Amino acid sequence: MSESNDLTSLARRDFLQTAGVVIVGFSMAGKVRAQPQPVGANAVQRGVVSGPPDPDEIDSYIAIHADNTATIYSGYVELGQGGPTALRQVAAEELDLDLEQVRTARVDTFVSTNGFTAAARTAAVGCTELRAAAAEARRVLLEAASMQLEAPVGNLTVAKGVVSVRNDPRRAVSYAELAGGQSFDRAFEQVSYNGGIELPRRSPDNAVAKDRDAYSLVGTRVPRPDIAEKVRGTYQYVQHVRLPRMLHGRVVWPRGQGAYGISNPTVVSIDESSIDDIPDVQIVRRNNFVGVVAEREWDAVRAARQLEVTWEPFAAALPGHEALFDSFRSAEADDLTDTDDGDVEAALSRATHVVSSAYRGPYQSHGTMAPNCAVADVTADAALVMCSDQGIYQTRDGIARLLGLPVEKIRVQYYEGSNAYGSSCYRDAAQAAAILSHEVGRPVRLQLSREDEFGWDNYGPALLSEIRAAADANARLVALDYQAWVGAAGGLTTTSQLALGAAPATDAIYTIGPGVDGPGGAGLFSVHPTHIHMYDVSNRRIVNHRVVGTGRLRVGPLRAPMDPSAFFALEGVMDELAYAARLDPYEFRKRNISHERWLGVLEAATDAAQWQPRVAASRLSSATVVAGRGIGLGTHHMTQNQGDRITFAAAVVDIEVDKSTGTVVAKHVYGAMDCGLAINPGIVESQMVGMAVHGASLALHEEVQFNETNVTSLDWGSYRTQRFADHPAVTMIVVQQLHEQSSGGGEELLPPVVAAIGNAFFDATGVRLRQYPLTPQRVLAALAAGSTADPA
Amino acid sequence: MADEISLQVNAGMHTITASPETPLLYVLTGDLGFKGPRFGCGLGQCGACSVLVDGVEIRSCITPTAAVVGKSVTTLEGLPAYYAARMNVTPAPELHPLQEAMIVEQAPQCGYCYNGQIIKGAELLFQTPQPTEAEIRSAMNGHICRCGTYPRIMASIQRAARTIAVERVAVANDTEEPANV
Repeated sequence: MSESNDLTSLARRDFLQTAGVVIVGFSMAGKVRAQPQPVGANAVQRGVVSGPPDPDEIDSYIAIHADNTATIYSGYVELGQGGPTALRQVAAEELDLDLEQVRTARVDTFVSTNGFTAAARTAAVGCTELRAAAAEARRVLLEAASMQLEAPVGNLTVAKGVVSVRNDPRRAVSYAELAGGQSFDRAFEQVSYNGGIELPRRSPDNAVAKDRDAYSLVGTRVPRPDIAEKVRGTYQYVQHVRLPRMLHGRVVWPRGQGAYGISNPTVVSIDESSIDDIPDVQIVRRNNFVGVVAEREWDAVRAARQLEVTWEPFAAALPGHEALFDSFRSAEADDLTDTDDGDVEAALSRATHVVSSAYRGPYQSHGTMAPNCAVADVTADAALVMCSDQGIYQTRDGIARLLGLPVEKIRVQYYEGSNAYGSSCYRDAAQAAAILSHEVGRPVRLQLSREDEFGWDNYGPALLSEIRAAADANARLVALDYQAWVGAAGGLTTTSQLALGAAPATDAIYTIGPGVDGPGGAGLFSVHPTHIHMYDVSNRRIVNHRVVGTGRLRVGPLRAPMDPSAFFALEGVMDELAYAARLDPYEFRKRNISHERWLGVLEAATDAAQWQPRVAASRLSSATVVAGRGIGLGTHHMTQNQGDRITFAAAVVDIEVDKSTGTVVAKHVYGAMDCGLAINPGIVESQMVGMAVHGASLALHEEVQFNETNVTSLDWGSYRTQRFADHPAVTMIVVQQLHEQSSGGGEELLPPVVAAIGNAFFDATGVRLRQYPLTPQRVLAALAAGSTADPA
Repeated sequence: MADEISLQVNAGMHTITASPETPLLYVLTGDLGFKGPRFGCGLGQCGACSVLVDGVEIRSCITPTAAVVGKSVTTLEGLPAYYAARMNVTPAPELHPLQEAMIVEQAPQCGYCYNGQIIKGAELLFQTPQPTEAEIRSAMNGHICRCGTYPRIMASIQRAARTIAVERVAVANDTEEPANV
């Protein structure tokens, strides 16, 4: 449902509404203003001038065409999670168009608004902005129709983009007749945010959005149009993009990254003769960036594998994945107290039940189905880059720096790649394609290899959680102390680091936002009050220990960043407390949660699972294969993105443990999620299905492996993932909240699923495994150690 | 060194110039412009590149082009016609029943692995038109989906199997008709 920018022009028509004296103007599209703004296009400049366009102009979001259809230009991309379908539903609903009358334009820095497709922003921000723009557009159109039909706006009704007079349907005019092919040329007050909190709008004149009780499209399960194309095989992925005279490129990187900021890849020498037998291959080098290009893709693949590059050996600066958490605890760290309410120590000292446990969550990979790919065409004074970035304007800025071109000369267009769920190496691919094209003077399609992608990913960070929690004799929480050690480093993309020859600052990840070269964002990798939001506890403390004194891997946001580990820990401790009080884990949570929406998802998930109250591990069996079930709550929330809009998620998972092999299988995942207004509950449910399986994969299989010098899990054999044969059955409940703000549903069920699997393992075996993934080796070791069922 | 190689793909003959050890994937995508088979790992581990060769699913990223000379290659693009010919369904449907089922189930998310999921699922349904859940789990295990859509692929294969059962009855009835005319 994408289109190119085909703006047709119609004659200018002005409408003067006498009552209220409001000038409603549609200006001729294609008429170039005297001095185009260098940055900031409106409809007149769309596709001609670099954006982003003015966020306070209707034209930046919506165009009405002569065939009575509309295009929306929101800069939120299809990550495979259905966001653009939700945008279409919002626009169609607000404008009273049929869904088929609304399409989305390809996201493009010469076309689209400045959106960053991450952290629930499509639903929470993109749809909110579009709703405001569409409401304003509808008002403008109705004012124009009122003039034309000589009827008050209040007497007008709209269906399929045709405005008619109520009780006199022959008096009608279409949006196309009113505004087709013309620009609105109308400013309005867009929704704005401060620290993620939506601010009250200042102008009393803003158009009122449709009453949600009158919704007919939003809140319904319309199918995603991209799905049919994907199944047919006609969908255009970035991997399919071809340009005339295009060459195929590959990068040549060391096998597996080393300690970020310590082991900086440095070329000692390149033996060009090592690829003498491959015809027509060109070697490209810029500082430590090495790549090859060839007419035929297979020649580029072979040359990249065969080219002998000698790198300076990496320092033995990593702890290795087995010793990782011990190194965190002994390393230097920056400590930051986030929350310190009441008197935690006093409450701990007088409590009846006290649990003190350490939980460990590994570095994990995005493991994109396809390694990233990008196509670039760089000429002396301009560049076109087609890639799969979550933020095209951020890509543009990074490429401008690398090429030494002004940002407005860089045009970035989004094409979907395979699943990302965060900052996989898409920006590396875009930058590498641009450098190669710049060097060889022809368009280049750059495809990373499986090994590049696994070895140089911006991994989800490792987390060590030491939690002390306490309950009184009635099993009510009285204290919670969450101490988090986070292993995260990053800041520059691999491509930038190599091409600039720069040794990056090792703690840049903590100070940059998503707008800077690398992935990340301030506060992204820390535990904060939303992590303990569900529980009523007045004595509480959160301290983040940001590990700096040891080698760490390059990290970035990975679906619900860090939170599968954070909730694995928190919910594990809650289960331990419930067990200490010999209480059913569901009953324990009900006793300690008063927030209605947390209780709502907890009840929905347990109802779906037909939860039978009992103390965990109260049905231990001597059989070889034993079953267990666990509960987990959780979410992902970043105040800077979502403000006070929180998604609530709960899971119950049934597992089986084979005590002879150590194999754990997730048999059934029951999930419930309340993400406020679910614009398309079908898409939310689809995401939940995916998170059930992804969660099982994280909990049972996924762990980045590395030795003291570099990452060693470079393929699907060494980086394990959930497979088809033993995937769980799923039962998913979407809790619809028509009158709440949308808070996003693409990642928030993931943490509860991981947490519930950890708790189910204890229920099945009576042994608490506080480190995931629950691999056979780890399970056998834990069972052999014969950990007692009683944590006290 | 590059040779002239003739390949049968989707019932058409194609002549290309490539070194015979070039993996079939790069010939299909680079020389012949197919969008179905696609690069996922280059190691034969994930299944994104799958095609049928004489009806058997193979990984085109690790199969030398020379190995399929004289055989019949079917890509996702040619699957509906191949299904129609093999099942004796006329007229040929626009999509294989598994593709139809995946749209009904809204199965894919990013959809990148679906080339392989469809090719492998179709192979299974040719061999075992009414597979059990266990047979589906076993047959599909070599195809990774990182969006975690396995439950919906399962539902889609089961739905397609029901469609195929109906079509087989219809085909059987059609073939009996001439005797009655």
